[in-house]
Amino acid sequence: MHVTRRQFFKVCGAGLSGSSIALMGFSPTAALAEVRTFKLARATETRNMCPYCSVSCGVLIYTMGDKSKNAKADIIHIEGDPDNPVNRGTLCPKGAGLLDMVKSANRLKYPEVREPGSSEWKRISWDDAVTRIATHMKKDRDANFIEKNTDGVTVNRWNTTGFLASSAAGNEIGYLTHKILRSLGNVAFDTQARI
Amino acid sequence: MTNHWVDIKNADFILVMGGNAAEAHPCGFKWVIEAKKDRKAKLAVVDPRFTRSAAVADFYAPIRAGTDIAFLGGVINYLIEKDKLHHDYVKSYSNASFLIDEAFSFDDGIFSGYNAEKRSYAKDTWKYQVDKDGFAKVDETLQDPHCVFQLMKKHYSRYTPDLVSKVTGTPKDAFLKVCELIAETAAPNKTMTILYALGWTQHSVGSQNIRTMAIIQTLLGNMGMAGGGINALRGHANVQGITDMCLYSDNLPGYMGAPVDADIDRKTYLEKRTPKALRPNQMNFPQNFPKWFTSLQKAWFGPAATDKNDYAYDWLPKKDTSYDVLAMFERMYQGKFNGFFCQGFNPLAAVSNKKKVGDGLAKLKYLVIMDPLATETSEFWKDFGEFNTADPSKIQTEVFRLPANLFAEETGSFTNSGRVIQWHWKAADGPGESRGDIEIMAALYLKLKDMYSKDGGKFPEPILNLTWPHRIASKPSPDELLMEISGKALGDVFDPKDATKVLAKAGEQLAGFAQLRDDGSTSCGNWIYGGCYSQAGNLTARRDNSDPSGLGQTLNWGFAWPANRRILYNRASCDVAGKPWDPKRAVIKWLGDKWGGNDVPDMRADAAPEENVMPFIMTPEGVARLFAPAMSEGPFSEHYEPFETPLDKNPFHPANPKALSNPAARVYKGDMEVFGKAKDFPYVATTYRLVEHFHFWSKHAKINAILQPEQFVEIGEDLAKEKGIGNGDVVKVRSNRGYIKAVAVVTKRIKALDVDGKKVHTVGIPLHWGFKGETKPGYITNTLTPFVGDANCQTPEYKAFLVNLEKA
Amino acid sequence: MALQSLDIARRSATTTPAPSIRETTAVAKLIDVSTCIGCKACQAACMEWNDIRDEVGTCTGVYDNPIDLTAKSWTVMRYAEVEEQGKLEWLIRKDGCMHCADPGCLKACPSPGAIIQYSNGIVDFHQENCIGCGYCIPACPFNVPRISKADNKAYKCSLCSDRVAVGQAPACVKACPTGALQFGSKEQMKDYADKRIGDLKSRGFEQAGLYDPQGVGGTHVMYVLQHADRPELYSKLPNNPSISPLVALWKGFAKPLASLTMAAVALGSLFHFVSKGPNEVSQELEDEIAKEDAK
Repeated sequence: MHVTRRQFFKVCGAGLSGSSIALMGFSPTAALAEVRTFKLARATETRNMCPYCSVSCGVLIYTMGDKSKNAKADIIHIEGDPDNPVNRGTLCPKGAGLLDMVKSANRLKYPEVREPGSSEWKRISWDDAVTRIATHMKKDRDANFIEKNTDGVTVNRWNTTGFLASSAAGNEIGYLTHKILRSLGNVAFDTQARI
Repeated sequence: MTNHWVDIKNADFILVMGGNAAEAHPCGFKWVIEAKKDRKAKLAVVDPRFTRSAAVADFYAPIRAGTDIAFLGGVINYLIEKDKLHHDYVKSYSNASFLIDEAFSFDDGIFSGYNAEKRSYAKDTWKYQVDKDGFAKVDETLQDPHCVFQLMKKHYSRYTPDLVSKVTGTPKDAFLKVCELIAETAAPNKTMTILYALGWTQHSVGSQNIRTMAIIQTLLGNMGMAGGGINALRGHANVQGITDMCLYSDNLPGYMGAPVDADIDRKTYLEKRTPKALRPNQMNFPQNFPKWFTSLQKAWFGPAATDKNDYAYDWLPKKDTSYDVLAMFERMYQGKFNGFFCQGFNPLAAVSNKKKVGDGLAKLKYLVIMDPLATETSEFWKDFGEFNTADPSKIQTEVFRLPANLFAEETGSFTNSGRVIQWHWKAADGPGESRGDIEIMAALYLKLKDMYSKDGGKFPEPILNLTWPHRIASKPSPDELLMEISGKALGDVFDPKDATKVLAKAGEQLAGFAQLRDDGSTSCGNWIYGGCYSQAGNLTARRDNSDPSGLGQTLNWGFAWPANRRILYNRASCDVAGKPWDPKRAVIKWLGDKWGGNDVPDMRADAAPEENVMPFIMTPEGVARLFAPAMSEGPFSEHYEPFETPLDKNPFHPANPKALSNPAARVYKGDMEVFGKAKDFPYVATTYRLVEHFHFWSKHAKINAILQPEQFVEIGEDLAKEKGIGNGDVVKVRSNRGYIKAVAVVTKRIKALDVDGKKVHTVGIPLHWGFKGETKPGYITNTLTPFVGDANCQTPEYKAFLVNLEKA
Repeated sequence: MALQSLDIARRSATTTPAPSIRETTAVAKLIDVSTCIGCKACQAACMEWNDIRDEVGTCTGVYDNPIDLTAKSWTVMRYAEVEEQGKLEWLIRKDGCMHCADPGCLKACPSPGAIIQYSNGIVDFHQENCIGCGYCIPACPFNVPRISKADNKAYKCSLCSDRVAVGQAPACVKACPTGALQFGSKEQMKDYADKRIGDLKSRGFEQAGLYDPQGVGGTHVMYVLQHADRPELYSKLPNNPSISPLVALWKGFAKPLASLTMAAVALGSLFHFVSKGPNEVSQELEDEIAKEDAK
């Protein structure tokens, strides 16, 4: 074993700064050796599901506060639901990182519009957004709706506005979207499921 | 999945092919590991790359991307040659014995009835011979040269191990090893499960890849068995549910074919979709179609749908042509669309040929994005340099971006890949002014309804009469919607066997689809979900995970469609007499007076074995189809090369250029021209996911950006050496449609393959990057991919195309 | 009554004996490399639970990311492509603190209470007491601790002592999708490892075995390896690791020598310690040593 002079002093010197003091009975208090406090002790737990792949793992979402009126529930942690028979509490790297998806810096917060030819977004109100979009839809539908085909068969279709539906959305919104689109006579819609 | 996630643990052999379960579905993959640990099961992986699934496999075989049918056809040939079939199963439960029209033929890669101009088949010879009662003729000895078994045997006899190896590049001994492992499960008490995903679907022959495996699983008697089945490991958390709700114009919810122009009236429409049994005594379950359809019309149009107006049949649009995602972007590209909506969908990144998609979006008058995140699509008009070149001043599309909520901010149900519908609860509000998708769609609908009722407009009836039974009109509750989906009695519903017995009183939730009626007395938004929200409450929210059988069925957890059945075709897990093929893993059995056991029987409960009601109740034959006329490119599968292939001919049909690639795949004008040729683009490329990321989504999450921060492509050591590329160098990968630049990962896990005497290299291209997110900015991978889809369902061919590459 | 939820077995630079009459169960994490798919769920769960986010790095031509352990990455996957008898094996090892029964870091640590060994086997760093001297680094036979540039304190895996203290498994173990990570009593983990080794042997891995190196008194993080005879195949997992000889010197010779001969200095530095804290004392001594070196 080869120990240089410098290493020797370093070992002795630094060692002294701590242990010789402790030797004399001046240890830092025991409380400083406590583990980090368990951060979920009184957090609210909500059962939910990972939105990524089709294993649809059960997750437990922990929020700050007890849902009392003035305490805004803020998500602080997400982990696997041990009761779910499929994932049994486990999560993959995507599921284990869900907190950062919920809290992503790229989450959209407000309705926006990018006007034709513009190079930026403009914040608008929900009312404005809904009215402007519905106006576009109605104008397009009324202009291009086909009531009968060339053979005179009633077809009642609208195929100049298309719609792509998400496979990350729940069954209820999927159903409602389908119902609304058919009521408009729309036939130009498809889902992520295809690809 | 015909089976479900936990059931994988019951398998004796697990084949991962056309997918990479360990990376794409890690938490489901645990059940593979459990099967290995507890049942001593074996795992084999067949993939162009040695994946992280292969890392824990007992056996790995490489394969050239896009040649799965050659491989699986070879397996069929092996099973027949070596007589590794589950004979009783094949004879009784498949159409092996059915006689096919004598005019049916297959000649040098093309089946009878082909029209080269239309690139499609007339199927009049792809049918059973029928007797005077309309029943299919059979030859139970399986010897008739026109019986399905003999035709199949002949068809796949060409798939010899030598030819398979020549086409796939899989070494012959590796191919035979996989055959052996598969063949072991021909024993009645052994099962194989197949786990596949987009590695099979995203091909111009995608549906036939899966069909070929369905033939294998039928020959081995693995359908309906615990630890068996055909298991599509699907994409998103609710991709199954959204498919069930049929968010595509071909179908109405519950896979009911939607009206097309030829369905001139309700009667024509129903007749076409209500088949007659093709064999005596069969359940022929689709005979109930009128009940499902009428109940849907009642759910949508309520009192306005009556027998007087054909239950509002004409209020549904009729479809004239295809509107799948590729077809829509083609229309958009041609300027035939004015508006477009992306609800949680990022097509600029997700759809093939990014340039075509971007050019299409620029032709719209308005584009509406509903998404929790700032997607690439929402900023297609912005210039991001090489990643997305655009001049906003020249793009006149008005783009709206609406902030939507994420899973954690919503209550409702998702359906997992194993068809289990599960409820989840909202934990917190979304950020800022973000709203749930339900609220967003409700706002648009209510605004339109208001406009049509005030100002009139084209054909307002269905809009004005759409049922909207919500306590808060602007916020339909998920409970209300699931109750509507599940089904209600509008009037009293009586027992068909005893007209005095009321099964459900008016206003009650129905117990299941068996209570649906075609007289307007029931409503149901999606028949296959029937009963998921019954009088007993929301069954999808059930959380009893007890598993008395030990098979992992957990029948009281959530609700599996249909009818809470966990393993489809489970009647086939028993012999004809009703005894389980494997008593140790009995799913159901005949109890003397009824079917019962560890699952909800997929059979009329009181159908005694002597009645000869066969297990595949959704077919009019009652049996599984080895010969399947519904397919677009042939009732048997055939190997066709990808549309971009390193070969100049199909080694199965070297003399027939028409049989080079799928003869029935749809190719748009302009897209055929931009298919690359092997002389310019010599390498086979395939795109895929990495375990650290989910599509174009998780790159917005910091943790996942840390785990896999920067775009890369994977190449083998051979190719790297040939091209002078070092590990970590930046390379430019080009296809005939564009290029990307990425870091090269040089690996032993991708090997050059010997294909038809030619050395073929594979370039692996993970797909997660883009110009928005926490990861390092990257190129959209779909800049490279071709705009052609599967002949049956138009899923694009992302998995096999040609590229070239060089050091950037 | 003790003031902490986990009993302390040893504290760095402390000679006062720890309370030791309670009998606690030794815990262990088992990493079964043969069922690990290298998905990095453990890394994600570790970051998420411990509230640490490393830099978004780059791709350097390998799957490893972050490329190495840092003060903010307490565990990383290391990927090795190994060809054994013409058969490719992708050996993926989760790297991080092994929680040695005889922890070199603790022995080398000069700052009282900066490193704690709990009676259940967890070796935990307490940054409040860390003086940033970095002695734990060469003292670790597995090259695990890292000093943060942000606060000049040493960090490493705590085996989620905060979770274990309330009866929960570490975050990485809970997340692990394939069950390649298991947590329980050390006894249970050894029994489980036996079963896994039997399975691996039946599949042709004749040298499968448990990695629980005795050179460091055994570890509370153990591996099941397919090739236990060659741990170096797994991204250089040390064969027969032991504590650095420097630490042995410190414990056996330098420490008593220093204690005796420099008692007077100690008295002086006590007042310094009380008024300015240990970090500066260390800095002062460092300067002295540097001066000495320069001569």
